Amino acid sequence: MAEVTLNDVRKVYAGGVEAVKGVSLDIPDGGFCVLVGPSGCGKSTLLRMVAGLETISSGQVAIGGRVVNEIEPAERDIAMVFQNYALYPHMSVYDNIAYGLRNRGTPKDEIDRRVQEAARILAIEPFLQRKPRALSGGQRQRVAMGRAIVRKPQVFLFDEPLSNLDAKLRVQMRVEIKKLQRALGVTSIYVTHDQVEAMTLSDKLVVMSGGQVEQVGTPTEVYRRPETRFVATFIGSPPMNILPGLVDGDGRVSVGGLTLAADDLPAGLEPGRHVDVGVRPEEVEVAPAGAPGAPFAIDFVEELGATELLHGTLGGSPFVLQVNTGAVSPGTKAVTLAIPSRCVHVFDAETGKRLGRAESATARAA
Amino acid sequence: MVERKHWFSTLLPHAILILGVLIVAFPVYVAFVGSSWDAGTIANGTMPMTPGPYLVENYSRVILSGNATAREPVGPMLFNSFVMAMIIALGKIAISIISAYAVVYFRFPLRKTAFWLIFITLMLPVEVRIYPTYKIVADLGLLDTYGGLAIPLIASATATLLFRQFFMTIPDELVEASKIDGAGPWKFFKDTVLPLSITTVAALFVIQFIYGWNQYLWPLLITTREDMQTIVIGIKKMLVTQDALTEWQLAMATAVLAMLPPVVVVLVMQKLFVRGLVETEK
Ligand SMILES: Nc1ncnc2c1ncn2[C@@H]1O[C@H](COP(=O)(O)OP(=O)(O)OP(=O)(O)O)[C@@H](O)[C@H]1O
Ligand SMILES: [Mg+2]
Repeated sequence: MAEVTLNDVRKVYAGGVEAVKGVSLDIPDGGFCVLVGPSGCGKSTLLRMVAGLETISSGQVAIGGRVVNEIEPAERDIAMVFQNYALYPHMSVYDNIAYGLRNRGTPKDEIDRRVQEAARILAIEPFLQRKPRALSGGQRQRVAMGRAIVRKPQVFLFDEPLSNLDAKLRVQMRVEIKKLQRALGVTSIYVTHDQVEAMTLSDKLVVMSGGQVEQVGTPTEVYRRPETRFVATFIGSPPMNILPGLVDGDGRVSVGGLTLAADDLPAGLEPGRHVDVGVRPEEVEVAPAGAPGAPFAIDFVEELGATELLHGTLGGSPFVLQVNTGAVSPGTKAVTLAIPSRCVHVFDAETGKRLGRAESATARAA
Repeated sequence: MVERKHWFSTLLPHAILILGVLIVAFPVYVAFVGSSWDAGTIANGTMPMTPGPYLVENYSRVILSGNATAREPVGPMLFNSFVMAMIIALGKIAISIISAYAVVYFRFPLRKTAFWLIFITLMLPVEVRIYPTYKIVADLGLLDTYGGLAIPLIASATATLLFRQFFMTIPDELVEASKIDGAGPWKFFKDTVLPLSITTVAALFVIQFIYGWNQYLWPLLITTREDMQTIVIGIKKMLVTQDALTEWQLAMATAVLAMLPPVVVVLVMQKLFVRGLVETEK
């Protein structure tokens, strides 16, 4: 059993930078938790506090029920995969993988068995005698993984392990990491700023910003019901459109003269209150000619192959729409959009917090 | 990259290099030629440019019996120089790699101060601190010992700074990976830092061995007994004589012999050096 629990964890660096401002998290045994957020938001710092590479300014980190604040990294029973792999350049691949076991006094034949097993799982058997420098980026990545899995730790920690790989390899390794984690059932914390990695890998997605957790949930929850404007624009590609608007009565908002229905908008808000209205580019459809809807003026089109992005204006604000290629005939200057009321997200203009009903209501609606 | 070079662009650098080699090698050649003639030929004013017939005789005299002024044969002096240079080179490397390791990887009170103190000693070479150093060595009873010859020269700010510079290029992630792999400070030093530093160590060994080998002032001061003399002092003594003709041919032979150990060190270390450069990578 190795659940990881963070309790109001803070990090203040010498010099006064507060990199992590009170984070509480529960990661169940065998869970795959992804920390995602923009650069500098404190993801690495948080991960490194779990690893023991950074002291914890206040709060508690517990692994498998044991508070590890004062425990050395080696004794925390964790393994870490670094962005630049951090392989020992002077050691062979075999020694790189075996090093951690040797330091723990594991018997030689046991080490050999485990290294061979890890090498088999990761398909790096042919390279065992090579030095890291004689490997490609993808192979080095596997060695780094091998070094992590050979110890059979309670927790895997990954700090942007794929960001040095090319796009194709990244997709491939992403799938492999997921499979491997499933097969081994080891609790994992994974830091990335790539939202595709975040969505596909996690069963618990943590969106961070400015040293704080913005939202925790399954990828679907976070995508469907972003709790803040920040999460709404950060998760999803292309990002959600945000239009300035006003509350227009129960369940309705107005955006530059258009009135949109919003299912999730709670009743009883004062009309005329300033809000930000969020609409995902991929959730809007072009209405058949003559049907009622919101008029959208198209400025230009970006083609992505299967889909295309229509850039234009809706209710006086810039707006992006994603449609299947061919859904709008080339040269069209204006279309009418059908914006489903369940896809309209409303955020407080000042705090950026979602204006929504109790969670259960949307859960039912979704 | 395929690049067709103009013959001129290969020729010119080579011409310059060859010229440089000739300029450096010429005095060495003259010393060698000088060691193969007799005293009379050299003394009459024009040094022959080709080796003469006295090569074997001169070298066997130098090696077996010494000469008229410095009565010691060359062997023990070479040995003394070698011991001194080895202690200095190894001592410098051992001390500076440890202090650089401490300065780079440990957080202790007055760490910055320690670093600056080491740095400041750069401004205090042996010559500047020679009187207090002599006093200490004398009080410790180390005159005419290998310890007295070598130990005061061991502390090295240059080597410490070089190691520090090198350690700072070792990525932090390697330290962290080692921590997670359960390697403490000693294991990290032994298993990672030392193997990665091997080229730096080799380079420093060459430099410091030659530095130690070429010491003149300090050994001159600290040694009084004939049997503790170093080769550099031996050569000097052969040149300055009050009553007799300087036996140039023997001095040259001694000089040539004195050149050999550093040359061997360079050749041997160069291999390690190159192998290190080829095999390791940060
Ligand atoms: N050693 C340090 N001393 C002071 N401030 C630091 C230190 N390390 C990081 N910081 C600061 O803490 C904040 C969080 O850094 P962190 O490395 O955790 O960001 P990150 O979310 O991992 O970003 P990235 O995606 O770019 O890796 C940043 O503002 C950074 O400048
Ligand atoms: Mg980071």
